Amino acid sequence: MNYWPLLGVLVVVVGFVLRLNPIAVVVTAGLTSGLAAGKPLLDLLALIGESFVSQRALSLIFLTLPVIGVLEWAGLREQARRWIAGFRGLTLARLLISYLGLRQLLGMIGLTNIAGHAQTVRPLIAPMSEAAVEISVGPMSSTQRQRVLALAAATDNVGLFFGEDVFIAFGGVLLIQGFLAENGVHLEPMQIALWALPTAIAAFVIHALRLGLFQRRLFADSIAAKAAPTPATGREGERAAD
Amino acid sequence: MLRIEYAYWLMATFFAVTAWFNWGQRRWIAMAFWSVLSLLFASGDLILAAAKSGDHGPGQFAGLGVLLLAALAPRMKREHMAERAEGERLTSAARLGGRLFLPALVIPLVTVLVVVLKNYAPGSISWLIGDASPTLVGLALACVLAGFAALAVTGAPLAAPPREGRRLLDTLGWAALLPQLLAGLGAVFAATGVGDIVASLIGQVIPTDSRLACVLAYGLGMVVFTMIMGNAFAAFPIMTAGIGLPLLVTGHGAHAAVVGAIGMVTGYCGTLMTPMAANFNIVPAALLELDDPNGVIRAQIGTALPLLAVNLVLMYWLAFL
Repeated sequence: MNYWPLLGVLVVVVGFVLRLNPIAVVVTAGLTSGLAAGKPLLDLLALIGESFVSQRALSLIFLTLPVIGVLEWAGLREQARRWIAGFRGLTLARLLISYLGLRQLLGMIGLTNIAGHAQTVRPLIAPMSEAAVEISVGPMSSTQRQRVLALAAATDNVGLFFGEDVFIAFGGVLLIQGFLAENGVHLEPMQIALWALPTAIAAFVIHALRLGLFQRRLFADSIAAKAAPTPATGREGERAAD
Repeated sequence: MLRIEYAYWLMATFFAVTAWFNWGQRRWIAMAFWSVLSLLFASGDLILAAAKSGDHGPGQFAGLGVLLLAALAPRMKREHMAERAEGERLTSAARLGGRLFLPALVIPLVTVLVVVLKNYAPGSISWLIGDASPTLVGLALACVLAGFAALAVTGAPLAAPPREGRRLLDTLGWAALLPQLLAGLGAVFAATGVGDIVASLIGQVIPTDSRLACVLAYGLGMVVFTMIMGNAFAAFPIMTAGIGLPLLVTGHGAHAAVVGAIGMVTGYCGTLMTPMAANFNIVPAALLELDDPNGVIRAQIGTALPLLAVNLVLMYWLAFL
């Protein structure tokens, strides 16, 4: 067996570790694996070009950008914040745990396209999360804000991944079923989808716990930040007076 | 009848408009980048049709285009693009209120409607979408309808969608291209046999008579291979053919449905931890304008690792009931 095509994997790993530009890393990796497999350069160019073009569907989501852009221009993010600010007792954890559960349940009945990073996270969930922190905890530092936004995106991913696999008509379940059938194991999609349910529940519990802990840390930090300055400046003042 | 190619031509136009805005602002690298991408989208069908009939010349040109994109990307600046003043946005939000949510809801609702009609009453919608993928055509159709809804609700000028869309696309910069490029790399890796090599290497080093070792090798193999490929779907057939079926199902009598279902969601734990899954991890970091491109991955590791442990325990327990 020719092991040299693995060099492409090495290029990917090294490139990401060194934080080189991912586009350049990925194209270099493809070239490396292709040349190491002994493909002629022209065939390799055609392989890269044709596989890139045949994956255009993955970029289709950017057609949402003009719509989201106009709505942002008209104040969509500000409206999302105003709306959340009207809820008493809403916290970041409650908001994101509700979103997580809703995303998982919708995924389980096949409605995976109902949300996403471009459609819902940037224009709605991210500003709502910021507003939820501000009304329950208070103003955030820039680092905290970045972590809140990252958690909002993470919650969308966890909700999507660990909901859709319980839906019987989901491509993943059909892929498993088709693959097993090809190899002589015949199963109904339902029999496969049900075994993803324990993991879906575990994903909800683990991520919800993390959101709760993050919320508690935000509270603790804000109390510490409010309590700390007075005695600290006092002592500083004394030392300066000495 | 709507063909998915119309959506790709619309995208080619969107990329061309973005290039034109960058030309006006003398951002030459960005202008070249979006121009090349626009050409690749506009000529996509010709390239694939030629390839099908055995002519790979256009495909070779497309390959050169991809290399050009790779050469331009490291020199592109990602910066916050100027947007409408916050005060004006606040006034507009106060004036329009909850009506602003409606056009945003049109996107998921129309997409889901088309998918549901296609699945449960195919006859009712075949005049509109034919044999095209309902998810893709539905999404493209939803975006166009939502665009008109947004114009109607906000009273924005016709020039607003391209201008504001371009603002978001340039905020994303090269990150927008990464999902498609990585999927293409998956095809290149598959064509050069990388997957078979990895499966055979793992198969050689694990003690096959230990049930636990086989579960660990399959589960962790799914995670590692998903992280390399950026996609659990790509890892699943290779790892299941290499380890899951021969060692777990045939060798140790594991329940195939459990191995398949939990194997796949174990791979998803890998998806949460890799920059190769760009559409889930890198694109949102760019969309939310995070300083750390790996910020979303960092926020996910704390969920992915415990969940991975749970999955391994579940597989070890449920597969041999």
